[in-house]
Amino acid sequence: MQPPAEFVHWMFATGFLLLGLFLLAEAIAGEEVWRRRKWRTYLWPSFLFLMGVLMWPVMTFFTNSTIHMVAHGAWAQVMMLAGAAELGLVKGKLHSPLWRFATPLAFIVSGLAFLLHEQNEWLFQRSSFLHHLLGWTLIVGAVFPFARALRPRWAFANAGLAFVFVFVAVALYSDRDLAPVFGHLSSLAGQPHR
Amino acid sequence: MSTHTATQPAGSRTRAEINSWRARLLASLGPLTALGGVLWAIVQPYRVTLLHPDGQGFWWLFVEPPLFIVLAGALFHLLVARVLIEDLTED
Repeated sequence: MQPPAEFVHWMFATGFLLLGLFLLAEAIAGEEVWRRRKWRTYLWPSFLFLMGVLMWPVMTFFTNSTIHMVAHGAWAQVMMLAGAAELGLVKGKLHSPLWRFATPLAFIVSGLAFLLHEQNEWLFQRSSFLHHLLGWTLIVGAVFPFARALRPRWAFANAGLAFVFVFVAVALYSDRDLAPVFGHLSSLAGQPHR
Repeated sequence: MSTHTATQPAGSRTRAEINSWRARLLASLGPLTALGGVLWAIVQPYRVTLLHPDGQGFWWLFVEPPLFIVLAGALFHLLVARVLIEDLTED
Protein backbone atom coordinates (compact mmCIF):
# COMPACT_ATOMS: atom_id res chain seq x y z
CA MET A 1 0.00 0.00 0.00
CA GLN A 2 3.08 2.19 -0.32
CA PRO A 3 2.66 5.13 -2.75
CA PRO A 4 5.14 5.50 -5.63
CA ALA A 5 7.98 7.94 -4.88
CA GLU A 6 6.61 10.69 -7.17
CA PHE A 7 3.39 10.81 -5.11
CA VAL A 8 5.44 11.62 -2.03
CA HIS A 9 7.15 14.41 -4.00
CA TRP A 10 3.74 15.84 -4.94
CA MET A 11 2.56 15.74 -1.31
CA PHE A 12 5.74 17.53 -0.18
CA ALA A 13 5.22 20.01 -3.03
CA THR A 14 1.88 20.93 -1.42
CA GLY A 15 3.69 21.44 1.89
CA PHE A 16 6.23 23.76 0.23
CA LEU A 17 3.43 25.63 -1.54
CA LEU A 18 1.71 26.27 1.80
CA LEU A 19 5.04 27.34 3.34
CA GLY A 20 5.47 29.82 0.49
CA LEU A 21 1.94 31.17 0.97
CA PHE A 22 2.46 31.63 4.72
CA LEU A 23 5.72 33.51 4.19
CA LEU A 24 4.31 35.60 1.38
CA ALA A 25 1.34 36.56 3.57
CA GLU A 26 3.75 37.56 6.35
CA ALA A 27 5.78 39.66 3.92
CA ILE A 28 2.65 41.41 2.59
CA ALA A 29 0.96 42.03 5.95
CA GLY A 30 4.15 43.01 7.72
CA GLU A 31 5.69 41.40 10.76
CA GLU A 32 3.77 43.52 13.26
CA VAL A 33 0.32 42.46 12.00
CA TRP A 34 1.44 38.87 11.37
CA ARG A 35 2.57 38.52 15.00
CA ARG A 36 -0.65 39.91 16.42
CA ARG A 37 -1.95 36.35 16.89
CA LYS A 38 0.37 33.94 18.61
CA TRP A 39 -0.65 30.85 16.60
CA ARG A 40 0.33 32.63 13.38
CA THR A 41 3.91 33.23 14.48
CA TYR A 42 4.34 29.46 15.01
CA LEU A 43 2.65 28.55 11.75
CA TRP A 44 5.46 28.29 9.20
CA PRO A 45 8.28 27.22 11.57
CA SER A 46 6.15 24.38 12.99
CA PHE A 47 5.07 23.43 9.47
CA LEU A 48 8.72 23.26 8.38
CA PHE A 49 9.57 21.19 11.46
CA LEU A 50 6.68 18.81 10.71
CA MET A 51 7.85 18.41 7.11
CA GLY A 52 11.30 17.52 8.49
CA VAL A 53 9.73 14.89 10.77
CA LEU A 54 7.77 13.46 7.84
CA MET A 55 10.98 13.22 5.83
CA TRP A 56 12.16 10.41 8.14
CA PRO A 57 9.56 7.87 6.95
CA VAL A 58 10.39 8.98 3.40
CA MET A 59 14.04 8.22 4.11
CA THR A 60 13.13 4.85 5.63
CA PHE A 61 10.62 3.58 3.08
CA PHE A 62 11.41 5.33 -0.21
CA THR A 63 15.15 5.30 -0.64
CA ASN A 64 16.65 2.63 -2.85
CA SER A 65 20.33 3.37 -2.31
CA THR A 66 22.66 4.56 0.44
CA ILE A 67 23.28 7.91 -1.20
CA HIS A 68 19.51 8.54 -1.47
CA MET A 69 19.10 7.56 2.17
CA VAL A 70 21.87 9.94 3.26
CA ALA A 71 20.37 12.79 1.18
CA HIS A 72 16.85 12.30 2.58
CA GLY A 73 18.26 11.97 6.10
CA ALA A 74 20.17 15.24 5.65
CA TRP A 75 16.98 16.99 4.47
CA ALA A 76 15.07 15.64 7.46
CA GLN A 77 17.70 16.89 9.88
CA VAL A 78 18.17 20.37 8.44
CA MET A 79 14.42 20.96 7.98
CA MET A 80 13.84 20.03 11.61
CA LEU A 81 16.79 22.18 12.70
CA ALA A 82 15.57 25.23 10.73
CA GLY A 83 11.97 24.79 11.92
CA ALA A 84 13.02 24.29 15.55
CA ALA A 85 15.41 27.28 15.46
CA GLU A 86 12.70 29.56 14.02
CA LEU A 87 10.22 28.24 16.61
CA GLY A 88 12.70 28.89 19.40
CA LEU A 89 13.31 32.42 18.15
CA VAL A 90 9.61 33.39 17.88
CA LYS A 91 8.84 31.78 21.25
CA GLY A 92 11.73 33.67 22.83
CA LYS A 93 13.47 30.52 24.07
CA LEU A 94 16.44 31.15 21.80
CA HIS A 95 18.11 34.54 22.12
CA SER A 96 21.23 34.41 19.98
CA PRO A 97 20.64 35.94 16.51
CA LEU A 98 23.02 33.27 15.18
CA TRP A 99 20.09 30.81 15.30
CA ARG A 100 18.66 32.73 12.34
CA PHE A 101 21.40 31.19 10.21
CA ALA A 102 19.88 27.72 10.67
CA THR A 103 17.53 28.34 7.71
CA PRO A 104 20.24 29.42 5.21
CA LEU A 105 22.32 26.48 6.45
CA ALA A 106 19.36 24.19 5.72
CA PHE A 107 19.17 25.63 2.20
CA ILE A 108 22.87 25.06 1.52
CA VAL A 109 22.90 21.52 2.94
CA SER A 110 19.69 20.62 1.06
CA GLY A 111 21.02 22.07 -2.19
CA LEU A 112 24.31 20.20 -1.87
CA ALA A 113 22.43 16.98 -1.04
CA PHE A 114 20.40 17.36 -4.25
CA LEU A 115 23.49 17.97 -6.38
CA LEU A 116 25.74 15.36 -4.78
CA HIS A 117 23.27 12.49 -4.91
CA GLU A 118 22.32 13.05 -8.57
CA GLN A 119 24.71 10.95 -10.62
CA ASN A 120 23.36 11.78 -14.09
CA GLU A 121 23.57 14.88 -16.27
CA TRP A 122 20.81 17.55 -16.53
CA LEU A 123 18.95 16.10 -19.54
CA PHE A 124 19.29 12.38 -18.68
CA GLN A 125 15.61 12.36 -17.68
CA ARG A 126 13.17 14.56 -15.79
CA SER A 127 14.11 13.65 -12.24
CA SER A 128 17.81 14.24 -13.04
CA PHE A 129 16.95 17.68 -14.41
CA LEU A 130 14.88 18.46 -11.32
CA HIS A 131 17.64 17.35 -8.96
CA HIS A 132 20.07 19.76 -10.65
CA LEU A 133 17.46 22.52 -10.82
CA LEU A 134 16.40 22.12 -7.18
CA GLY A 135 19.99 21.88 -5.99
CA TRP A 136 21.04 25.12 -7.67
CA THR A 137 17.76 26.83 -6.73
CA LEU A 138 18.38 26.11 -3.06
CA ILE A 139 22.04 27.12 -3.17
CA VAL A 140 21.37 30.39 -5.03
CA GLY A 141 18.08 30.91 -3.14
CA ALA A 142 19.98 30.67 0.18
CA VAL A 143 20.74 34.36 -0.35
CA PHE A 144 17.18 35.17 0.82
CA PRO A 145 17.22 33.36 4.20
CA PHE A 146 20.78 34.66 4.63
CA ALA A 147 19.59 38.25 4.04
CA ARG A 148 16.64 37.57 6.35
CA ALA A 149 19.06 36.40 9.05
CA LEU A 150 20.99 39.66 8.75
CA ARG A 151 17.88 41.90 8.43
CA PRO A 152 14.92 39.99 9.91
CA ARG A 153 12.27 42.61 9.09
CA TRP A 154 13.25 43.05 5.45
CA ALA A 155 10.09 42.28 3.45
CA PHE A 156 12.08 41.70 0.24
CA ALA A 157 14.09 38.88 1.87
CA ASN A 158 10.91 37.32 3.31
CA ALA A 159 9.13 37.53 -0.05
CA GLY A 160 12.20 36.06 -1.80
CA LEU A 161 12.24 33.15 0.64
CA ALA A 162 8.52 32.60 -0.04
CA PHE A 163 9.05 32.56 -3.82
CA VAL A 164 11.90 30.04 -3.48
CA PHE A 165 9.50 27.70 -1.61
CA VAL A 166 6.84 28.19 -4.30
CA PHE A 167 9.43 27.45 -7.02
CA VAL A 168 10.50 24.29 -5.15
CA ALA A 169 6.82 23.28 -5.02
CA VAL A 170 6.41 23.75 -8.79
CA ALA A 171 9.57 21.71 -9.46
CA LEU A 172 8.40 18.90 -7.15
CA TYR A 173 4.95 18.85 -8.82
CA SER A 174 6.75 18.37 -12.16
CA ASP A 175 8.50 15.26 -10.90
CA ARG A 176 7.85 11.86 -12.47
CA ASP A 177 9.43 8.54 -11.66
CA LEU A 178 10.70 8.20 -15.21
CA ALA A 179 9.80 10.78 -17.86
CA PRO A 180 11.41 12.89 -20.59
CA VAL A 181 12.51 16.47 -19.98
CA PHE A 182 12.10 18.97 -22.86
CA GLY A 183 11.83 15.96 -25.19
CA HIS A 184 15.05 14.38 -23.93
CA LEU A 185 15.14 10.91 -22.42
CA SER A 186 18.34 8.90 -22.30
CA SER A 187 18.10 5.41 -23.73
CA LEU A 188 19.80 4.25 -20.52
CA ALA A 189 16.97 5.63 -18.36
CA GLY A 190 14.43 2.91 -19.26
CA GLN A 191 10.79 3.07 -20.30
CA PRO A 192 8.54 5.90 -19.06
CA HIS A 193 5.89 4.51 -16.71
CA ARG A 194 3.04 6.77 -17.83
CA MET B 1 1.07 72.25 16.83
CA SER B 2 -0.93 73.27 13.78
CA THR B 3 1.46 71.36 11.50
CA HIS B 4 0.92 68.22 13.59
CA THR B 5 -2.88 68.38 13.29
CA ALA B 6 -2.67 69.14 9.57
CA THR B 7 -0.43 66.18 8.66
CA GLN B 8 -1.98 63.52 10.90
CA PRO B 9 -5.08 62.80 8.78
CA ALA B 10 -2.97 62.64 5.60
CA GLY B 11 -0.57 60.21 7.28
CA SER B 12 -3.31 57.92 8.55
CA ARG B 13 -5.02 58.08 5.13
CA THR B 14 -1.80 56.90 3.46
CA ARG B 15 -1.48 54.09 6.01
CA ALA B 16 -5.12 53.11 5.38
CA GLU B 17 -4.48 53.09 1.62
CA ILE B 18 -1.42 50.88 2.05
CA ASN B 19 -3.35 48.50 4.32
CA SER B 20 -6.22 48.36 1.87
CA TRP B 21 -3.78 47.51 -0.94
CA ARG B 22 -2.18 44.85 1.28
CA ALA B 23 -5.58 43.42 2.18
CA ARG B 24 -6.53 43.14 -1.49
CA LEU B 25 -3.25 41.38 -2.24
CA LEU B 26 -3.77 38.97 0.67
CA ALA B 27 -7.35 38.30 -0.39
CA SER B 28 -6.16 37.38 -3.89
CA LEU B 29 -3.36 34.97 -2.86
CA GLY B 30 -5.57 31.96 -2.04
CA PRO B 31 -7.97 32.35 -4.99
CA LEU B 32 -5.05 32.88 -7.41
CA THR B 33 -3.38 29.72 -6.10
CA ALA B 34 -6.63 27.78 -6.49
CA LEU B 35 -7.05 29.22 -9.99
CA GLY B 36 -3.54 27.97 -10.83
CA GLY B 37 -4.64 24.45 -9.83
CA VAL B 38 -7.81 24.71 -11.94
CA LEU B 39 -5.86 25.93 -14.97
CA TRP B 40 -3.36 23.10 -14.56
CA ALA B 41 -6.23 20.59 -14.43
CA ILE B 42 -7.63 22.05 -17.67
CA VAL B 43 -4.27 22.09 -19.47
CA GLN B 44 -3.25 18.59 -18.27
CA PRO B 45 -6.50 16.75 -17.43
CA TYR B 46 -4.62 13.43 -17.28
CA ARG B 47 -3.01 14.68 -14.03
CA VAL B 48 -6.47 14.41 -12.41
CA THR B 49 -6.92 10.64 -12.28
CA LEU B 50 -10.39 11.08 -10.75
CA LEU B 51 -11.58 12.06 -14.23
CA HIS B 52 -10.77 8.56 -15.51
CA PRO B 53 -10.82 6.38 -12.39
CA ASP B 54 -11.26 2.93 -13.99
CA GLY B 55 -8.58 0.49 -12.88
CA GLN B 56 -6.72 3.02 -10.73
CA GLY B 57 -5.41 2.15 -7.27
CA PHE B 58 -5.88 4.13 -4.05
CA TRP B 59 -2.86 6.42 -4.44
CA TRP B 60 -3.67 7.37 -8.04
CA LEU B 61 -7.16 8.38 -6.87
CA PHE B 62 -6.04 10.10 -3.66
CA VAL B 63 -3.04 12.13 -4.84
CA GLU B 64 -4.28 14.64 -7.43
CA PRO B 65 -1.68 17.44 -7.70
CA PRO B 66 -3.94 20.07 -9.37
CA LEU B 67 -6.64 19.43 -6.76
CA PHE B 68 -4.03 19.63 -3.98
CA ILE B 69 -3.18 23.14 -5.23
CA VAL B 70 -6.87 24.13 -5.23
CA LEU B 71 -7.20 22.72 -1.70
CA ALA B 72 -4.05 24.53 -0.49
CA GLY B 73 -5.31 27.83 -1.91
CA ALA B 74 -8.76 27.37 -0.36
CA LEU B 75 -7.43 26.33 3.06
CA PHE B 76 -4.95 29.20 3.08
CA HIS B 77 -7.68 31.69 2.22
CA LEU B 78 -10.21 30.38 4.75
CA LEU B 79 -7.92 29.68 7.70
CA VAL B 80 -5.08 32.19 7.36
CA ALA B 81 -5.78 35.04 4.94
CA ARG B 82 -9.25 36.00 6.20
CA VAL B 83 -8.13 36.38 9.83
CA LEU B 84 -5.01 38.22 8.70
CA ILE B 85 -7.09 40.65 6.63
CA GLU B 86 -9.32 41.28 9.66
CA ASP B 87 -6.25 42.15 11.73
CA LEU B 88 -4.86 44.33 8.96
CA THR B 89 -8.05 46.34 8.46
CA GLU B 90 -8.44 46.85 12.24
CA ASP B 91 -5.06 48.58 12.18
